[in-house]
Amino acid sequence: MTDTKKTPTPKKSKTPRTPMPEQPPMVRAANFLEVTLGYTGELAALEASRCLQCKTPLCRKGCPVEIDIPGFIGRLKAGDRDGAYRVLRQTNSLPAVCGRVCPQEVQCEGSCILGKKGEPVAIGRLERYVADSFAAENGCMQLTGETTCALPREIKVACIGSGPSSLTVAGYLSALGVKVTVFEALHELGGVLIYGIPEFRLPKDVVRREVDAMRALGVEFKTNWVGGKTILVQELLDQGFDAVFVGVGAGLPRFMDIPGESLIGVYSANEYLTRVNLGRAYAFPEYDTPVFRGKQVAVVGGGNVAMDSARTALRLGAERVTIVYRRTKGEMPARREELEHALEEGVKLEILANPLRYNGDKDRRLVSVTLERQKLGEPDASGRRSPEPTGETFDLPIDTAVVAIGTRPNPILLEATPELKLSKRGYIEVNPETGETSIPGVYAGGDIVTGSATVISAMGAGRRAAQSIIRKFVGEDAVQ
Amino acid sequence: MPYRILKRKDLIPGQTILMVVDAPMIAAKSRPGNFVILRVSEKGERVPLTIADADAAAGTITIVFLVVGKTTAQLATLREGEDILDVCGPLGRATHIEKCGSVICVGGGTGIAAMHHIAKGHHQMGNRVVAVIGARNKDLLLFCDELGSFCPEVLIATDDGSRGHKGFVTELLKARLEEDKDIAEVVAVGPVPMMEAVAGVTKPFGVKTTVSLNSIMVDGIGMCGACRCTVGGKVRFACVDGPEFDGHAVDFQELRMRLGQFRAEEKVSLEKFRAES
Repeated sequence: MTDTKKTPTPKKSKTPRTPMPEQPPMVRAANFLEVTLGYTGELAALEASRCLQCKTPLCRKGCPVEIDIPGFIGRLKAGDRDGAYRVLRQTNSLPAVCGRVCPQEVQCEGSCILGKKGEPVAIGRLERYVADSFAAENGCMQLTGETTCALPREIKVACIGSGPSSLTVAGYLSALGVKVTVFEALHELGGVLIYGIPEFRLPKDVVRREVDAMRALGVEFKTNWVGGKTILVQELLDQGFDAVFVGVGAGLPRFMDIPGESLIGVYSANEYLTRVNLGRAYAFPEYDTPVFRGKQVAVVGGGNVAMDSARTALRLGAERVTIVYRRTKGEMPARREELEHALEEGVKLEILANPLRYNGDKDRRLVSVTLERQKLGEPDASGRRSPEPTGETFDLPIDTAVVAIGTRPNPILLEATPELKLSKRGYIEVNPETGETSIPGVYAGGDIVTGSATVISAMGAGRRAAQSIIRKFVGEDAVQ
Repeated sequence: MPYRILKRKDLIPGQTILMVVDAPMIAAKSRPGNFVILRVSEKGERVPLTIADADAAAGTITIVFLVVGKTTAQLATLREGEDILDVCGPLGRATHIEKCGSVICVGGGTGIAAMHHIAKGHHQMGNRVVAVIGARNKDLLLFCDELGSFCPEVLIATDDGSRGHKGFVTELLKARLEEDKDIAEVVAVGPVPMMEAVAGVTKPFGVKTTVSLNSIMVDGIGMCGACRCTVGGKVRFACVDGPEFDGHAVDFQELRMRLGQFRAEEKVSLEKFRAES
């Protein structure tokens, strides 16, 4: 109650929410360039002027890394773009990434007071503007050597994996002067930001820039190091790392265990996206990694990964891309914006349908999928109404299927580290307050703890772990 | 960290090449059966190669590859003193090696090199290793001397009879299994038809048979499922569950089909590379 008293009465903003410039749907569906083009300085100033600068901002509470949102927008309003960037970087190591891929509608913008009567401030778009324009003009040079506290001694931390959780740990700790080394298994840095999220939604140059900013802060990156294979957790501790953060991400793709899933033309979303994103298969044969450019494509699943896969298939030249989902549009876990973008580009939906089997020709190439019509029954544990089979089946002719129904824990590091206590679902168990695992000094966060989740929740976990590392080795006063 | 080529040797000129690569972290942990994923150029593909030998003290691993596609053709252009862009490993489960008596290790073509590492592991465990190797002719045989240095017997088959038995390794294997009832395990590494034929020969004898699958891989670290294969009716990932599986349970037909799925693209890549170099 006190909160609402302190904040201005919700009122409809006079200025409407500033639209985001975008490539037109039919143009962008044929290229891999970024869909949204970003605000100009004028658009950003206009949008920033809508912010009410609440004394007790609800938006900040909605942010998993607690960005001082009125703080950065206030500086932007005052024309202090560099100051706005510094506010962002205080709690967010990857602002250019978050400005693009966070589900703001259920976080900061979902809590914005303007949204009660009208449309919320476009916080994500402003965040992206500040990060992009700062990087464009300043590069990362300004960040070098900006340490803010005196460490009692040299503290060394190792991060396994270079996805959003590890990068957050690295960004947070290196800004405080901690020596961080990041070990990545693949040949390119960024984890899911590189192999998972497509170029048209998150350009790889943006990720590279964020990584370069951390390098400027002294973070050391090593590629081709597989945690649990090339190096063991215990070896890192023995080598003098004070703490180890495990952020190895989601792992083995799930399949439905139905007939025909090994036919040629059936991909996991991970394989499909990794070929296209990490391998740049969209530019084959300039790049060597191939991918099958299907004409009739079905994508199974209703999350963001399914949307990314469907939109990728379109851009690879598919004539028809159908998202097959066993519930209805309303139950899809994907962000609204992603679903809308996909539909605008021409992706079809086949809702209340579930694959029963994939059918192949004599060469074991996929030719169709047999789907069973579903109907919605009672809500399940997730609160969504659960699909029930009706017995009615039909065939959808396809030459490519992309299975995007989630992942299971990757076994490599877990098998190599039997001392790590796991949850019932097989993920790493951590103290929810500190992120510390059953091995003292070893922390974990992101998808290897929660199962498939969002970039920002992984970053929140990274921040919590980084804060506990500082609390343990430096003291409460140094925690930001 | 550069992965420097310390030694390069054409085992079969223009076709099969051996490289000793400086990779101390990988060498320290490498066990028989492990593989690496490597990449040769910035726009290159990730490809898996079995580790043919490792020397932890020298900090080196040995790879042997057949020039089949663009990546291997490009790798073949690298000379001693040059670096391989990316080498990641050691990956996959190591071969399960225990003291079990007598083992037959069968290798075909380039697979002889990968088999060599496994045979050596069995020998070091104290098992008696009979090596059975085959190729089209005597010039295409690999690792004869290396295998001869620790295997009491190296049986050779060539298609044209230019060395050893004229015919297939499976014929030598069958004859040996008939006369020697103490064979505890047969390991086979080589072309898919050879591994399938080996599994077919050993089945009536009820001998444990291990094959090493050379599935297509992308990441090699359990993330993408490109390498999935059906073993005993269950889907397994060659990169994290394998690459070695029970030869009697593998669906070889599926493996063959899946290995061929990018043949057209592989041809495009190779032709483009040849035209440009």
